Amino acid sequence: MDYFELLTSAVEALTLNKLRTALATLGIIIGIGSVIALVSLGQASQASVQSQIESLGANLLTVLPGSQNQGALRGAPGSTETLTYDDAKAIAASSQIPDISAVSPEYQSRAQVSTGQTNSNVQVAGVTGMYETVHNVSMAEGTFITDSENQSLAKVAVIGPQVAADLFGTASPVGQTLRLNGISFTIEGVTVSKGGSGFQNPDNIVYIPLLTAQQQVFGVDYLSNISLSAKSQSVMTSAENEVGYFLLARHHLSDPSKADFSILSQSDILGAASQVTGTFTSLLSGIAAISLLVGGIGIMNIMLVTVTERTREIGLRKALGAKKKTIVSQFLIEAVILTLVGGLLGMLLGIAVSYGISLLISLPFVLSLSSILLALTVSGGIGILFGWYPARKAASLSPIEALRYE
Amino acid sequence: MLIQATRLTKSYKSGLTETVALEDVSFDIKTGEFVAIMGPSGSGKSTLMHMLGALDTPTSGTYLLDGEDISTLSDDELAEIRNKKIGFVFQAFNLLPRTSALKNVMLPMVYGGVPKEKRTDLATKYLRMVGLGDRLLHTTSQLSGGQMQRVAIARALAMNPSIILADEPTGNLASVQGEEIMAIFKKLNAEGHTIIMITHEPDIAAHAERIIAIRDGRLITNRNNKSPKERKKH
Ligand SMILES: Nc1ncnc2c1ncn2[C@@H]1O[C@H](COP(=O)(O)OP(=O)(O)O)[C@@H](O)[C@H]1O
Ligand SMILES: [Mg+2]
Repeated sequence: MDYFELLTSAVEALTLNKLRTALATLGIIIGIGSVIALVSLGQASQASVQSQIESLGANLLTVLPGSQNQGALRGAPGSTETLTYDDAKAIAASSQIPDISAVSPEYQSRAQVSTGQTNSNVQVAGVTGMYETVHNVSMAEGTFITDSENQSLAKVAVIGPQVAADLFGTASPVGQTLRLNGISFTIEGVTVSKGGSGFQNPDNIVYIPLLTAQQQVFGVDYLSNISLSAKSQSVMTSAENEVGYFLLARHHLSDPSKADFSILSQSDILGAASQVTGTFTSLLSGIAAISLLVGGIGIMNIMLVTVTERTREIGLRKALGAKKKTIVSQFLIEAVILTLVGGLLGMLLGIAVSYGISLLISLPFVLSLSSILLALTVSGGIGILFGWYPARKAASLSPIEALRYE
Repeated sequence: MLIQATRLTKSYKSGLTETVALEDVSFDIKTGEFVAIMGPSGSGKSTLMHMLGALDTPTSGTYLLDGEDISTLSDDELAEIRNKKIGFVFQAFNLLPRTSALKNVMLPMVYGGVPKEKRTDLATKYLRMVGLGDRLLHTTSQLSGGQMQRVAIARALAMNPSIILADEPTGNLASVQGEEIMAIFKKLNAEGHTIIMITHEPDIAAHAERIIAIRDGRLITNRNNKSPKERKKH
C-alpha cells in the first residue's frame, strides 16, 4: 500500500472543508489542552508544596499536643494544653534522646498588629533562639530573637517580609515599633522570603520571644507545638521513638495509645500534602479525560458524516480496486491526522494556559516530557479508537450500493 | 473463452417484495470482441454489468472470468480482479471531484501498486491517447462532459485491462461527443481490448460486432452484427 499517497489524499480531503475540520478538532484541542494544563499545574503545585515543606527545616519533627486517636476532636479545649515549655527543656536536656540536635518550643496564635497607620490580623509565633536553627530561618536584615531576650521577656519582634511590606512598604522596619494586642514591640529583624503561600505562610509571621508571647500577649502557659531537628535524615525514626517514649514517661503514661501528644515527621507532612495535591490532580484530570472522551465522540461523528457524504467516492475507489484495508487506512489516517493536529494544538494551548496560571499565582512552571508524550499518544489513540468504526463502515460499503448512492 | 455466463440470476429482496433484476441469462464473450448489451431502462443492463465487472455476485448461476468462478472470491480478491482485468466507464463519469485528470487516471495504479514514476508516465500516455494531452492538470470542473468521459476512458486503460466495461458511456453526452467516444472504443478494440458496452441507443449499439438484448431481466437476442457501423469521417 502506498502510505504517502494515503497521507496526501487524507490531507487533501481534510483541507477541502476547513471549517468542519477545525470544528472537529476543537473538542480534542480543548480536551488535550485541559489535560496538559491540569497535569502540569498539578505537578507544579506538588513541587511547590514539597519545596515549601522542605524549606521549613531539614530533618524536622513536630510534636503536637493532643491525642493521636482523637483525630477530628484534637482541637477540643483541654486536649491542646498538654505540651509545656518544661517538656521542651527536658527534651533538650535529656541524655536519653541522642538523635535530636535542636529543640524549638513554640506558641503560635493570631493577634492584632498595628503601627500608627495600619492595622491587621497576623500569625504571631512565640519562639526561642533555637527556632532560627530548627527552621532554617535566614535574616534579610537585623538579627533573630535570642534566648536571653526570651529569658528577659524582651519586647522585640522579628517580622516576615510580607508583614514588612504590608506594614512599612519599602522603608526599613528595623528599629521601628509595632503593637501586638496593644503592647509595643521594637522590630529588630526581617527574615528572608521563603516564597510560601496560603495559610501558615512563613513570610507572613511576626516572631516574638516565647515567654513574652505566653505571659504578656496571650496569657497561656502551654505550647502549641515543639519543633525538633533530628541529627540526620537516617535517624528520623529513632529520634521520633526516643522523643515519644521520653514524653510518655514524663507525662506518666504507660500506654502509647493513650499519648496526649503526637509526633509528625516531615515525611508524614510531605506524604499527606502530596496525597492531597495528587488526589486533586487526578480528580481534575478525570474531568479533563471526560472532555477528551467527548472530543473523541465528536471526531467519530464527523467521520461518520464524512463517510456518508463520500459514499460515491468510496464506491468508486472500491470499483477501481481499493481493498478493504486500503479504505480503512484512508479513513483511519484522516481521523488520526485530525486528532493528532488537535492534540498538538491542545498541547500548545495547555502549555500556554498552565504557564499563564503559574505566572498569575506564582507557582513554578513544570512541563514534563511525559505529559507531552501522553498528549500525543492519547490523541493519536483517540483517532484510532473513534475513527475505527467509521472507517470499517466505509470499507464495508458495497461498491455498487455506493455507486448508485445519490 | 474470456467470459462465460451461465444462467445468471440476480434478485433483490427488500422487505417482503423481491425484485428479479436478472433471470437465467447465459452467453459467452471471446477475447477481442466488441459487444453491445441493449435493453430499455430497468431491464437489468446495469445489474448485468455489475456482475460482469465483479462488482457484485449473482444470486444463482455461474460467471467464469478467464475460467475463474467469480462467486467464490472474497471481497478483496474481487477488488484485485476489478483492478487488474477490468476497466470501468460509467454513464456519470464518476471522476474524483477537485482532482486533476492525471491523478484520476493514476488512481487504479495506486491501488494496483504501480511505482510512482511509472504512474505519471502511463497516465500521461493514456490521456494523450484520448486526446487530452493538453489537459493533464485540469480538474473535473474545468472539463466538458465529453472530456470527462475521455478522462474516464484513460482511467479505464490505466492497468491495461483485457476488458473494458462501459455502462451507457454516451448517455450523458451530445451525439457528436458520443461519436468521438465510440471512435476511441473502436480504436481500443482494434488494439486488442475486449469491449462490452451497455446502451439503449441503437445508433451507438450499431458500432458493436455483436448485440445482446435483454428485456425484463431475460436475454432476448444474442446476434452478430454483420456490418458494424464505420467511424464517421468528417
Ligand atoms: N439495489 C437494488 N435493490 C432493489 N432493486 C434494484 C437494485 N438495483 C437494481 N434494482 C432493480 O433491478 C431492475 C434492473 O435495474 P438496472 O439493472 O439498474 O436496469 P437498467 O440499468 O437496465 O436500467 C430495476 O427494476 C431496478 O429497480
Ligand atoms: Mg442502468
